[in-house]
Amino acid sequence: MGGCFRQGASALAARSGRLSISPSRRRVPEFTLNDARSGRDIITRFDLNMTEGSASKTFNGDACHRSSNGKSAGKNGYVKNHCMYRQPQKYRRPREKNRNVPHNSSLYKTPFMESFEETPLMVAVLTYMGYGILTIFGYLRDFLRHWNVEKCNVAREREEQKDFVPLYQDFENFYTRNLYMRIRDNWNRPICSVPGAKMDLVERVSQDYNWTFEHTGKVVKDVINMGSYNYLGFAENNGACADAAIEATHKYGVGVGSTRCEMGTLDIHEELEQLVARFLGVESSVAFGMGFATNSMNIPALTGKGCLILSDELNHASLVLGARLSASTIRVFKHNNMQSLEKLLRDAIAHGQPRTHRPWKKILILVEGIYSMEGSIVRLPEVIALKKRYKAYLYLDEAHSIGALGPNGRGVVDYFGLDPKDVDIMMGTFTKSFGAAGGYIGGKKELIDYLRRHSHSALYATSMPPPVAQQIITSMKIIMGEDGTTLGADRLRQLSQNTNYFRRKLREIGFIIYGNDDSPVVPMMLYMPAKIGAFGREMLKRNIGTVVVGFPATPIIESRARFCVSAAHTKEMLDTALEAISEVGDLLQLKYSRREQPLPSLGWMSEESLLQARWFVYGGEKKEKEKRQQQQEQQRDSSRHTDCQLLQEVPVPDMDNARATTPRWCASS
Amino acid sequence: MKTTVACRMIFKNLREYLAWLYYQYLLITGIYVLEPWEKSIFNSILFSAIAMVIYTSYVFVPIHVRLALEFFSGVFGGQTKSTMTLMN
Ligand SMILES: Cc1ncc(COP(=O)(O)O)c(C=O)c1O
Repeated sequence: MGGCFRQGASALAARSGRLSISPSRRRVPEFTLNDARSGRDIITRFDLNMTEGSASKTFNGDACHRSSNGKSAGKNGYVKNHCMYRQPQKYRRPREKNRNVPHNSSLYKTPFMESFEETPLMVAVLTYMGYGILTIFGYLRDFLRHWNVEKCNVAREREEQKDFVPLYQDFENFYTRNLYMRIRDNWNRPICSVPGAKMDLVERVSQDYNWTFEHTGKVVKDVINMGSYNYLGFAENNGACADAAIEATHKYGVGVGSTRCEMGTLDIHEELEQLVARFLGVESSVAFGMGFATNSMNIPALTGKGCLILSDELNHASLVLGARLSASTIRVFKHNNMQSLEKLLRDAIAHGQPRTHRPWKKILILVEGIYSMEGSIVRLPEVIALKKRYKAYLYLDEAHSIGALGPNGRGVVDYFGLDPKDVDIMMGTFTKSFGAAGGYIGGKKELIDYLRRHSHSALYATSMPPPVAQQIITSMKIIMGEDGTTLGADRLRQLSQNTNYFRRKLREIGFIIYGNDDSPVVPMMLYMPAKIGAFGREMLKRNIGTVVVGFPATPIIESRARFCVSAAHTKEMLDTALEAISEVGDLLQLKYSRREQPLPSLGWMSEESLLQARWFVYGGEKKEKEKRQQQQEQQRDSSRHTDCQLLQEVPVPDMDNARATTPRWCASS
Repeated sequence: MKTTVACRMIFKNLREYLAWLYYQYLLITGIYVLEPWEKSIFNSILFSAIAMVIYTSYVFVPIHVRLALEFFSGVFGGQTKSTMTLMN
């Protein structure tokens, strides 16, 4: 147990590390800040992508070779002198977070639009104040419990262990006892129907402020489900998939009763694996019964001592656990920040292993397709360019993106139009889009054969139940169009339409939402601790089930609600949900966004001309011309140079703090 | 298209508006999640603090203002007087 708490504490440290990035944010060259400030609407943001690349390219072309000698680029002096665009640094709060500033738009076929609007200062201050007040009351309650004025309902130090190291006194425990408990009714709510577009909830009440719950025996009917990862709507109890699964149950039964390596391989597993390989466009694949274990048990089989793992700071707990179990050295780069990643790669190659300075045996980059808390999409083209350049391996976790992204539903690789062979290890789960359970790994045949022999998941875990395998096979065939219908294509189209509609509307209403415009995961910022509880309750009153997320799954002030759009949602459902969200947004004052609102829609204007109009209103005419020039320059440039940006001073994130959150606050996963 | 003004709440009467304001106060301070007795502790502490501030300012501010006025009028008044006498 202690270990678990330790982990939590380091997660906290990692997160607070992330919270304090503001000085480093300021270190980003000034021109990016300027652009980021004007990056209020979509077009400008896109243009920003185009310009930054060329600007830093020419000027840092050789600076970087030098900087790899010194420990940090800043020490070198050379980089600084050559960064001509930099103006004296002033303090300025950027409107958009520069989480992922410079990038190479030449690598992207479609515009990559991602935004993380800055927390308004006032809101941040009030949020901290709220936490402060709650903390004071937490101490008061702890004090009362300590002197037995109040009954203590949670685990505490036993009398005979008084002088041992305290177990329940760290911040996580305090937080659970005194903050989480008060709004616990928003999580772990039992569902009593298919978690499809609508679901039924078991009604429950608490007489003692959420310490215990009682079921009233009633059911809350037809709650619109905005929380399940049911991207393509395959969580159904009728239709082709369910029928096939029933048939498979009649044929094979449910249990397999052995592992894949012993007697647990059925023909249906072989069929599934071939289909997955075909779907992904890789040579071979292997399927496991659990997605979490696919990550946490396969990474240790791939890397070991003397290997280096470069992990995104917001990676899922399963990836973090796998990386830790592998006994490799773990270094964490900033979320989706390619400069940070390149800096780590460069240092890894230049310095080798600590002390011995031998080269690393392997360098493995761990990234996710869609990050489930931020709604951001990995900058895969850049990651692949870096990976190729520095000869590292790439492990891509497509848990949320497989099925949900790309014109053919084949994940981020499909979304960016890349070659699946460029990703060494394609991992994903069947839990989300396919409405089933389990995970897969796809890649070269040698790799998969090796994993079959060496992964704990394959050796020791009971194989996937046949009905589950059948559900995956049927749903995957529907997505691929192999069932002879266009149902799969319809679902994909519906999902992307729903996503765009829902995100656009939320933004128009004036909420701060995070992430990529194409990501079906839509985090909406709530910030204040009381609003987490109030939002969940108010939404449920309006018959809409949402997931609200707070610390430790997010940084402490960035509490949010997370909507997952599904292809099963109809436009009416989304409209109902949006109306309710807007109403609750007014009631709770959640419309924080200070972005310039788009002009009111003129009926006869097409979307394009509207954008154009907006562009002129902002007086972007002249700038646009310049930007076009720069774009052309950049294109010329990129044909000459290799496609990787060379970085300048990037503060290295804390090396030892990989993140492992206990995703207690996040209801389903 | 809906307007995007932050406050689109429509209130029937003043009481409803005050209830909404109180709700905002609960949410922003975070005491929304507290139990009623804790809420009343917080409220009574806050309101007694505010009351004390108001009371002290009511009692002491006029005195201080008068003293300050006297002081400054003494300084400037004296000066003007003396300069006047000098000039005369
Ligand atoms: C990125 C990522 N990887 C792995 C998993 C684990 O998958 P499963 O729920 O199938 O065990 C999740 C689940 O949320 C995830 O988000």
